[in-house]
Parts: sequence; structure tokens; C-alpha cells
Amino acid sequence: MTTLPSKTEKKLGLVIDLDTCVGCHACVVSCKGWNTQNYGAPLSDQEPYGADPSGTFLNRVHSYEVQPLADSAKVQPAAQLIHFPKSCLHCEDAPCVTVCPTGASYKRTEDGIVLVNESDCIGCGLCAWACPYGARELDQAEGVMKKCTLCVDRIYNDNLPEVDRVPACVRTCPAGARHFGDLGDPDSDVSRLVADRGGMDLMPEQGTKPVNKYLPPRPKDQMDRSAEATQGEGDIDVLAPFLAPVAEEPKGFLGWLDRTLEKI
Amino acid sequence: MTHHQPRIDTSPKVSDEIRKTTCYMCACRCGINVHMREGKVAYIEGNRDHPVNQGVLCAKGSAGIMQHNAPSRLRAPLKRVGPRGSGEFEEISWDEALKIATDWLAPLREKDPSKLAFFTGRDQSQSFTSFFAQNFGTPNYAAHGGFCSVNMAAAGIYTMGGAFWEFGQPDWDHTKLFMLFGVAEDHDSNPIKMGLGKIKARGARVIGVNPIRSGYNAIADDWVGITPGTDGLFILSLIHELLRAGKIDLDYLARFTNAPVLINGAEGPEKGLFLRDEDGKPLVIDRKTGKPAAFDQMGVRPDLGASYEKDGVTHITVMQMLAERYMDPQYSPEAVAETCGITAAKIRTIAAEIARVAFDEAFELDHEWTDFRGETHKTMTGRPVSFHAMRGISAHSNGFQTCRSLHLLQILLGTVEVPGGFRFKPPYPKPVRAHPAPHCGVTPGKPLDGPHLGYVQGPDDLCLKEDGSPARIDKAYTWENPMSAHGLMHMVISNAHAGDPYKIDTLFMYMANMSWNSSMNVGGVQKMLTDKDESGDYVIPRIIYSDAYSSEMVAYADLILPDTTYLERHDCISLLDRPICEADAAADAIRWPVVEPDRDVRGFQSALCDLGARLGLPGFVNEDGTQKYADYADYITNHQRKPGIGPLAGWRGEDGESHGRGAPNSDQIDRYIENGGFFVNHIPEGANYYKPWNAAYQDWAVGMGLYDSPQPYLFELYVETMQKFRLAADGHGERQPPEHLRDRIRRTLDPMPVWYAPFEDDVVDTEEFPVHALTQRPMAMYHSWGSQNAWLRQIHGHNPLYVPTKIWQANGFAEGDWAEVTSAHGKITVPVAHMAALNENTVWTWNAIGKRKGAWALDKDAPEATKGFLLNHLIHELLPPKGDGLRWANSDPVTGQAAWFDLRVKITRADPPPAESQPSQPPIKSPVGQGPDELRWEVGK
Repeated sequence: MTTLPSKTEKKLGLVIDLDTCVGCHACVVSCKGWNTQNYGAPLSDQEPYGADPSGTFLNRVHSYEVQPLADSAKVQPAAQLIHFPKSCLHCEDAPCVTVCPTGASYKRTEDGIVLVNESDCIGCGLCAWACPYGARELDQAEGVMKKCTLCVDRIYNDNLPEVDRVPACVRTCPAGARHFGDLGDPDSDVSRLVADRGGMDLMPEQGTKPVNKYLPPRPKDQMDRSAEATQGEGDIDVLAPFLAPVAEEPKGFLGWLDRTLEKI
Repeated sequence: MTHHQPRIDTSPKVSDEIRKTTCYMCACRCGINVHMREGKVAYIEGNRDHPVNQGVLCAKGSAGIMQHNAPSRLRAPLKRVGPRGSGEFEEISWDEALKIATDWLAPLREKDPSKLAFFTGRDQSQSFTSFFAQNFGTPNYAAHGGFCSVNMAAAGIYTMGGAFWEFGQPDWDHTKLFMLFGVAEDHDSNPIKMGLGKIKARGARVIGVNPIRSGYNAIADDWVGITPGTDGLFILSLIHELLRAGKIDLDYLARFTNAPVLINGAEGPEKGLFLRDEDGKPLVIDRKTGKPAAFDQMGVRPDLGASYEKDGVTHITVMQMLAERYMDPQYSPEAVAETCGITAAKIRTIAAEIARVAFDEAFELDHEWTDFRGETHKTMTGRPVSFHAMRGISAHSNGFQTCRSLHLLQILLGTVEVPGGFRFKPPYPKPVRAHPAPHCGVTPGKPLDGPHLGYVQGPDDLCLKEDGSPARIDKAYTWENPMSAHGLMHMVISNAHAGDPYKIDTLFMYMANMSWNSSMNVGGVQKMLTDKDESGDYVIPRIIYSDAYSSEMVAYADLILPDTTYLERHDCISLLDRPICEADAAADAIRWPVVEPDRDVRGFQSALCDLGARLGLPGFVNEDGTQKYADYADYITNHQRKPGIGPLAGWRGEDGESHGRGAPNSDQIDRYIENGGFFVNHIPEGANYYKPWNAAYQDWAVGMGLYDSPQPYLFELYVETMQKFRLAADGHGERQPPEHLRDRIRRTLDPMPVWYAPFEDDVVDTEEFPVHALTQRPMAMYHSWGSQNAWLRQIHGHNPLYVPTKIWQANGFAEGDWAEVTSAHGKITVPVAHMAALNENTVWTWNAIGKRKGAWALDKDAPEATKGFLLNHLIHELLPPKGDGLRWANSDPVTGQAAWFDLRVKITRADPPPAESQPSQPPIKSPVGQGPDELRWEVGK
């Protein structure tokens, strides 16, 4: 079994904003493109034009419906849909590393990125079994384990302009829902974002100490609460004054029009 | 094992070269960096300098490499050898293909050019393809706007001289409340995502109005799960509340709209028309003098509440008519709540929030500007409420009036072309009168008498023959749909088959999958395409089709002209057409062959340059009869629409230093390539808001060649053109509608926005068919041609019918179940899935995932063909017969837009489930074989 470094100099990772992610899959495909052409074996596709197309992806977006109060007797608010991008979280206590029988899986001391050394990987799949997040995929053509590299071949790459030295998924995200940085530095932009927005660990009970964080969606459908207020069922209706009538019918409206135009 | 860390290369070479061009994975037209290795495409990313996407790129764009290398690419021109629809072809040379086309078309041009119907689908070169059609001389040309979103374009242009879609955008930097209606996820898709990200980061509020809470609506702070087809009524109720509360921008209305214009109130041929002066200018009452004055007179202060007697006729302002109509209790929240599926309290809350943000959060930008009346304003008032809408409100038979209603709301609030509101992108704003009228004058052997498409300004502009019958095969610009600015592509095959209004000889189409997802009534259309007459000839005698891929339509053509992929071609995304402008800048772009085709294919536009010359079309030959444009690149560089104005605005003039206007520059395309594939010219500060009335903007637009002279105008809350059609329906004027259309014209061509129930509700039993059925376009796949993409079909290879909880439970559905879905027209049997975040009377599916077996180089067992399906089978291009013997189009009565979203169905559990989605059609023979079993895509290693 493989040991983890006792500590890493940085904790590079992603902060993913679930309030902003529209579920467009841009990150998924940009990742597929970069990593097919770059680090390690290409990400292969089986039956790409067939009955059951299935390929290797390092990042996938899942969608979940949320139905608040679904199990209570209260009136249910509208259901919500959350888009949830998921890739390796580069855990501090990464069980995928410790379970690896060959040392192929490892966590880098300088930045905490979890990688697979493909030449040492025997494709046994233990790491994928150990990962509670389902973040690793065995490439069926190459027979080696593939996973998010945080684009380790981009973020330090002298052949790229400095502004492009970020993971492909971050560079491409149209809504700006993905952020990259050092989560070990409390003053970094990503750490501040996590602090400001109540960033969360995914499944903290697993004890893996994921580096990636998720920013939760903001409360939805506050107007419905406001609307209930007008019917005396909720909070005070703060919006009511904005619709105080100037007239109930066209004739009164014209009177108001005249009076108001005089003042302009 | 102890920690062991191998040494890895973190600075590998990325590529040999980057070639910058324009994406074509949908209609968003983002800039892309194509990374090349050993001459092959290795990786595609967004271009950071590009005005549209600023570096980001969606899933479709990043999957371009799979599109470019798709096994479904056509390889050579094809001549049909089997029966139509079989897919049996033989490959022929380009010379033979173009000779066949010439032999078919030349005699038509000589005798009757209208025997050619030339319709282009997702064409991004309409200014060129229309130029070909105009030179050929047929009146029968349009692109796909009629079955897409002409309601939105026409309502926007008639109301405010510009439209939603990609022709305008919210002021993302200043807006504080953004309300989004409906979505078409293939236009402005990255800019909308970027904008949403921006306003979310600022904490601004997003309201999504959509029966389906997915995508943008999933991240909206507030969701309005409206009943389909009722958006107009909801909006008019918001207007009702805002008028009652006086939360409208009177100063804006008085200055910049026709709210103060005087309307003739007397019964007779002038009723409802503007009071005009001798120069034809609409009159207002000047509050300073109390006397009538031309609306644009220097220093005039129009009075919104005036009335004026002249020759015994009372004239009142548009504003008074608006108040009269929309303050009526029929628009109160209580009155509309049930129809719209939104509580009255919620409608009121939304109206209040709009009022609060528009007026309490108003702000000033410190930009001095001078209006068209010569008045200088020290600042620009911002009203940070913005709206955007797309196909959801547009693809209904009440879509035009619904789009108009939304524009009325925007304008009453004073939030169009102001900071924080909705902003036009050049070449808009552009008043209706600056657009051409439609032309249909045919002379054998000669070009048409003018451009096909335009904006009618009354019955005189309709495209009718002398006997009053339709001049166009699609019946555009007739009494059935007088303001059909984009034509009616969805009626072409049906009308040609019926010989109504006349028979044609050759149907010539480009990039339009009309035997499949682009047609209503798919099976019926396939039959029309293959039907033979008594003598055994096809009813539609000849079909020429151009596509890059083995789409379903290929099998139904007699001659195929294979197009290139988007990385192998020249294109211009032109200011003459649908450019890539931003609200702050004019911009256009090119595509250029970053790789050369490895097949015997040609860019369709280059093929047309050749065909046009073979036919001797005036615009395509030199004086000595030789071919004028060697290819499309030559046309892009050297064609001049007017002296100094060509397809591309950048680097004109012999020295390449002029922009907008200037002589052709032989190095122009190279200059575009050097600049990353695009050209951008920013609008000066102070000219970039209030554009329709801003003298500085108007002058800048003239300099750029967008107008020939300044074109200030008023927003048309009241569209006088529509009243002219109503007057005709009342019996006034020379040109008269047929009797059966008079009532409908009176009712639906109301010059002020009105709501009526979708037509399907009138002709089907809504008790029997209680459920609304919709489609949405996925963000990660372009409808129509995405299923061939090896990466994207792994994301969107299945399209179940999503069913809301109420219907799910009522039918006892369980996971894995199938349902029979029946409309007045047809039945499909399809897989279902439960979705709670959905209007309780609405079902929906992803658009165009379903594929025909044998198409797109997919395996015959591909899920797109076995479980995928189209709702199109349930929708007919005609409404169910009314017993009057007439063919009533399933279209908007104003514009002719296909009413896709009027569809009503009933749904029951299918027991037992079928083996495959129904109707299942036999496979067509693939002219390109099938794709490989495995991909390990890596180039240059």
C-alpha cells in the first residue's frame, strides 16, 4: 500500500459554485479534449457511434432534483434542479492513494495534486473502489486508471501564456462557476471565496478531507415567500408600497398623468 | 510502499501552431483557437480576445474536433440511383454534379424562375444565398426563420427597431434584475452564461419564466413555471399592475416612443391611423405650446395625455389608448392567474419588484449626450431591469403579440437602450422603414425586382399576384400571415406537394433537415417527398440538397452537393447578415480553412459561385460571361453591395486602413486571420446608450456604413402598419383579404399587444388533450447535427419524455416505463422519466436527439434510433380541418411562424412497452458507412 506525504506545500484545488453552474457540460468536454491529447494515454471511447457509447471522462456533471419539504405535510415550495460537476477532489487523506498496491497513485508534495503514474498502474481498479466519490475511471482501451490531474501539464506550462495556466475546465467555464487556486493559503482568492460563501466539503463524514470545495446554491424562490406574505401567510410584505395605486381606472390615470407631467 | 513521486514533464509542448477561426457548433459564433499538430486539429479552446466568448467555450465548441472528423461526413457529390428515400446513391464528380444542376435550373430560369424554390436552413450566409436567389429571379427564397423565431425578430423590429435573440443583450454590467423568458440554447449561448455568471457574482436577482426549471432556470433565484402559451397574458397583467401604480417612465415615453402620437378616432378609412403633417410625420401635441407639432421637431416636448380635434375628428394619444386597454380588470392578476398557472399574489410580487428596481434603484451614468431633437442631456438615466426572451414565447400562434407585449413592458419601464436595461447590438437599432419591403416581381431570364425578404408597411407591400393569389410558394406576405418577414420554410414542401398556390419543378435546399427534425408531420413530409403522380413522376420533380453530413434529408434528394466541415471553409459572419456585434461594438468575423478537406467536397457557397456562373446569373459573371468569383473567399473580398460596402467591414480600402466603408482590399482575409479571425470597432462612450435617438451613435453608424444617413425614430407601442391590415379587413382600400380571413385579421393584427389562446386550443378538445408538450435544446448538443458527435452523444444520447409529478402519479408510472402520447394529429410511444421541477400540465423532451436508423453514420441500434424520438410526429403543419375545406396553417397569423409549442397531447402508460420508440421507420442506406468501434483520438504523437 502507498503512503501519503505527511504534508504538502500547497493545496491546489477547485472551488465549484453550485449557485452559478447551469449544467452546460463545457467543463466536461474541454477536459476530455485536453486530456485526450495530453497527459498519459488518450481518453478512449468504446462504441462511439454504436448502441452503447461509453468513454473515459475525468469530469462529469450530474443533475439532482431537490424537493424541499417533500416529506412534510406543509405546502411544498417549487422543486429545484441542482447541477453538480464532479471530478477528483484531491483529498488530503486520499484513500485511492493508500489503497494502491504498486505506488502508481500518489499525492504530490509540492501542490497536493493526486496523480496516477500510468507506467506503474496495473489497472486493478482498487483505487476506484476506494474512492467514495466515484472520481476515477479505468480507460478500457489502455487498461490504466485515469483521473483529474488538475491539468498539471497546463498549470506550470511555460509554453502557455500565464493567464492560461489554469485547468482546462476553469478556463472554459462560460458562467465562471469554476475557480482554481491554493486552498492551503487562507488569503488566496479561492479561500476567501470559500469563507464568504460558506464553501463546503463533499461528504465530510468520509474523512477524506477533500481539497476541492463546493459553494452552495443561494436560497431560491424568496418571492414566493413574499407573495405568501400578501396573503397573510408569511413575512411582512415589503414590496406592497411599490404597487400603491395612483388610479384604479383609465380616467383617474389620465388625471395622474397630467399632474405628474406638470412636475417633469 | 513509501511515498514515491515520479518526475513528470509539466511543460510539454502544447501544439505546433494555433489557427484562429470561428466556431460553428451552433449559431453562437464564438472565436476559437484551433491547436494544430503535424497539420491536424489537436485541440480547440475559446479565443480570449474574441468579443463574443472572451475565451470561454461551451461543450459543443470543445467537441468540435469530433464534428470535424465525424464518420458521417459526406465524401463526394452524389447522384440518386435508387428510389427517393432509399439512400441509394452513386458518387459523381463535381463537374457532373454542377452540370446536372445547371441542366435542371437553366430552363426554369428561362421560362419561369419561380419553378425553383431555394430555401436554406441553418445558413449563416443569407446575404449571399439570397443574392444567388435574387439573381436567379425566383421569388421563392428564405432561410429557416419562419419555422424558428420570426415572431421575435418581427415583433422586435416593428416595435423597437431591434430584437432579442443574438441581436441585443441585457446590460450585464449594470442590471440588477434580469427576467428571462424561454430559451433557445444555440444563440448567444456563451454570452448569456457569461452574463448570468456576472450578475450572480454581483448578487443581482434572476427570474426565470419557463414551464421547465432546467439550465438557466435552474439557477434563477425565482422560478415562474408558467403554462405554455400564456406568457403574453402574464406580461399584460404585469403591465396592468404597473399602470395602476404609475410605475412607468413618463419622460422616456414622451420623448422616445409613439405614446404621445395622436390617433384618429373616427370610423372610416382613417380610423386608428396617425395624425400626420404634410411631410407625413406623425404629430404630437407640444406641451410648451399646446399645439400639434411633428414628433421630431427641435425642442418639442410631447404631451402624453393630449387630445386634439381636427375637422370634427377627435384624436387621442396612444398613451390614453394603452391605459384604456390594459387597466381593464380582464388583465388583473386575479383574472389571469388560473390561465397562466401563476398565483395572483406572485404576479403582484413580481410587478412590485420590477417597479422597485426600475425606479428605486435608478442611477445616472456621467455620459453627456445629445438627442435627435437637439437637446443635450448631462447624464444617462439607468433603469437596472432587463429582460431577455427566446423561442419559448415565440413559437406559438400568439407569439408575435406575446413578443410585442414583452417589448411594451420594457418600454413602459424605460429600460430599452438605457444603462442597466436591454441594449441593441449593431446594425441595430434600425427602424422598420430602413428595411426593404419584400419583392416578388418575376421576369423570365432576369433577376428578381429586389430583395425577397423585408418588412411590409401595409397591404400594398404584400407578395400577391395580380389575381390576388400568393406570389410565393410558402405564401409569405399574404393575408394568411401578412408580416412574415422570414418566409415560411415549414410550408414549402407541403405547398409544393399540394400545388397550392402553384407547382414547382426543383426544390433546392441547404442545411435543413426537412425530412426529419426540421419538419412538422415527419411521416407526411416523407410521403410528400416520395409521392408520384399518375404518370409515375415525383410530385416534387427534382430535389437538390447540400449538407456536410449524412443527415436524414440526404436520402430524399436526387442530387447531393457535399459541403465542408466548419474548419475547412471560408465564411463571413457579416454586418450585412447576422454579425457577432456586441452592444458596445460593431464586429464581424470569418471562417477560413484551418485544414484542407481530405474528401471531394466544396464549401456550398463556393459551389454556388460556380453554379451561378454556369447559369450566367448577372451577379456571378463578368461582362465577358466568365465566372466572376472563383470561390466564396473571392466573393467575400470583392463583392460590393453598394459602393464601398461589402461583406466584411474591417480593413477595407486599397491600403486596408478603412473600416466600414472603403474599396475592396485583396489582403482583407489575411488581415482578419492576423487579427484572430474577427474585426471589432467600439462605439465611443456617450454614443453607446440611447442609440436610436443619440446623435453621436447615429453619426458613428453612418460612418460604419450601417446607415446611409442618421435614422432616429420612435419606439412603436402602437404599430400603425397592423392597423392598415385591419382597415383592409373592414373593407377599406384596394387590396382586400379573402372573406374567411377578415375576422381573424381584425382580431390578431391588433396594433396594440393583445393575448388570445393558442390556435390549437380552439380546434382541439382541451379536455381530451389537457397536456402541453414542448421541446428544449440541450446546452451540450446542437439540435439537428449533434448525434454524430462521439463525445456529445455520450452526454445526450437519450431523450426520455419528462413528466411532472401530477401526471406521473395519475398514470402510475414507474422508472423504465413507456407512454403513449397522442395529439389530434398522431401518436408516439416513448420512454418516460419523472421530473418535479416542471409545470404540472407540461411534458417535454430534448429536441432532435431522436435519429432515423441509417443516418449520421450511427449503428442501427444506436439509442437515438431505438429509444430516441421526435415530437414532430405529433405536430402538423396544418391545423385540424374545420370543415370549411380550407387549409389553415399551424402558424402565427401575423408572421407565419410555425407554432411548435402550441402542441397539446394526452398521455397514457404503454402496457406492454414496445421494443422501440414508435413510430419506428425502416433504416435508410448510409452513403458513408458506419463509424469505428473505438476511438483513441490523439494526433501528432
